Amino acid sequence: MANDPSEKDPVSKPPASGAEEKPVAQKPAEPSQTASSADAPKSADVPAPKPPATTTPAAPKAAAPPPKEAPPKPLPLDNELVQKLKARFGDAIGETTLDRKQAIVTIGAEQLREISRYCRDEEKFDMLVDLTAVDWPKREKRFDVILILYSFAKNERVRLKAHAGETEPVPSVCEIWPAANWLERECYDMFGIVFEGHPGLKRILMPDEWQGYPLRKDYDILKQDTDWVRENLGIESAQ
Amino acid sequence: MTGPRIPELSNVSTTVLGADEIILNMGPQHPSTHGVLRVKLKLDGERVVDSECIIGYLHRGVEKIAEHRSYQQFAPYVDRMDYVAAVSNGLGYCEAAEKLLGTEAPIRARVVRTILTELQRIASHLLWLGTHALDIGALTPVFYCFREREEILKIFEKYCGARLTTHAFRIGGLQYETYDGFEQDVKRFCDDFARRIDEYETLLTENRIWVGRTKGVGILSAADAIALGVTGPVLRASGVKWDLRKAMPYAAYDQYKFEIPTRETGDTYDRYVVRMEEMRQSRLICLQAIENIPAGPIMARIGKVLKPPPGEVYHSIEAPKGELGYYIVSDGTTQPYRVRVRPPSFINLQAFDKMARGSLVADVVAIIGTIDIVLGEVDR
Repeated sequence: MANDPSEKDPVSKPPASGAEEKPVAQKPAEPSQTASSADAPKSADVPAPKPPATTTPAAPKAAAPPPKEAPPKPLPLDNELVQKLKARFGDAIGETTLDRKQAIVTIGAEQLREISRYCRDEEKFDMLVDLTAVDWPKREKRFDVILILYSFAKNERVRLKAHAGETEPVPSVCEIWPAANWLERECYDMFGIVFEGHPGLKRILMPDEWQGYPLRKDYDILKQDTDWVRENLGIESAQ
Repeated sequence: MTGPRIPELSNVSTTVLGADEIILNMGPQHPSTHGVLRVKLKLDGERVVDSECIIGYLHRGVEKIAEHRSYQQFAPYVDRMDYVAAVSNGLGYCEAAEKLLGTEAPIRARVVRTILTELQRIASHLLWLGTHALDIGALTPVFYCFREREEILKIFEKYCGARLTTHAFRIGGLQYETYDGFEQDVKRFCDDFARRIDEYETLLTENRIWVGRTKGVGILSAADAIALGVTGPVLRASGVKWDLRKAMPYAAYDQYKFEIPTRETGDTYDRYVVRMEEMRQSRLICLQAIENIPAGPIMARIGKVLKPPPGEVYHSIEAPKGELGYYIVSDGTTQPYRVRVRPPSFINLQAFDKMARGSLVADVVAIIGTIDIVLGEVDR
């Protein structure tokens, strides 16, 4: 799966973008091609009466759907929140993007706790909706730690994205949002990311004695199966 | 139930036991834990001093499976998470995938989705009500609840052939048109249900035993609820008027009028009242929706092979248990690079410790019931 060749990217580009940009370079052609082959012939016979909602759904129907379907791709974001964050934390704020109308702010992992506290206290992002991670094994810093925050006052979400290397601890945000407790444990369980300052970091879904981190991309499920069969049944797996 | 041979007892978070304290293991086979939840309770007499939930018995690696399936192939798997509200799971996943593709289901599909999802909410709440009352000692409601739930499952069965893990929706819209008589079936159920729900209330709402067992039990303040990320009826019972169907409307919810019931205290009784009222509101949404299901296609034109452009999306819906979110990362291929499920039960269960501390052992049963967890979703 980890097929993206991000060899050169990690250096030149600050984090998340690396992952997102290179596919853009090679692949956007593909979706539009498939879209055009699949949609163009059909769109000819689409009768007008179909009343999909106003904005997005118009795209597939329109005469030239392929170019319109391509747009869901990250755009630079520069709103008030980003400006405030940049003014306050400077270099710790990396790339900021708007992907499918959703705000993503890339931040330095060292400053994660300070930025989180600022977001909660000053920007009223009082709920941590989710905390998770994504593994990009070919990148220098392989993990994206993702925090999804929600503000009741503004009714909006923002996604903080911090990059972490395999052995780098990430500051825990448990003291800011107690909700992070189990979420960070799950992240540790699945990816092996260590959260510094967590009150009791141990596995949560997998058994305590489990070896390996299942959601890492190099955790091969087929290998798990063949190894188990070899070890426990003494034969070669037929898989 | 307890015993020194269970290894984890040695590293219980609460290491030191006082002279009067004991550790009691509840579950994983205890009937009131609604599945395979194990709760380790530290007790001082009848009082809970500390607690720890041990989960993962039902872990199936859904998120890992997703990385090895195409977008459409993964859709049936999501039904197996919250298996008493499979339709809601499917709605969340399909809408997230549609957002990732930059498309949207046609209006007819969205209205039908809304109706089915609201029926599913009623069914999920009915199951909760029946079992929760059963846990506390009210034996009667469960029979009534299952009777009405059966009607909903019959509608699902007629619609798509399945009752529980329905896989009712597809990315881009619906697989099936509604059957002849769908509106009448829903209408008949809704007309009947108003009376039924009053019937349940006569059994419980002013019942002295029920009130005694639920009032003031497992109190969760609004501030705590928000800090712990709790969503859904549990949050609303604590006095936060927040519902994703209103805050960030999806499907066709922006077209219908409904209220968000809230209460102030945040105890078990309040959560009961909120869920009862939610069923009434769901019924009203269904009635409004079947009045006018727009004609038109039920499937967007998205092609057979889904290759969302690289990028990521987070989309969440108000599932019966709370905010059910899907965070999907695409690398431009036919298989998702990463699918993260934000499970409401998992995050709500984290508030258990807060609610249970200081209460009696007998109330622990009520508190587990009132959070309304499904272990299939907690463990995924």
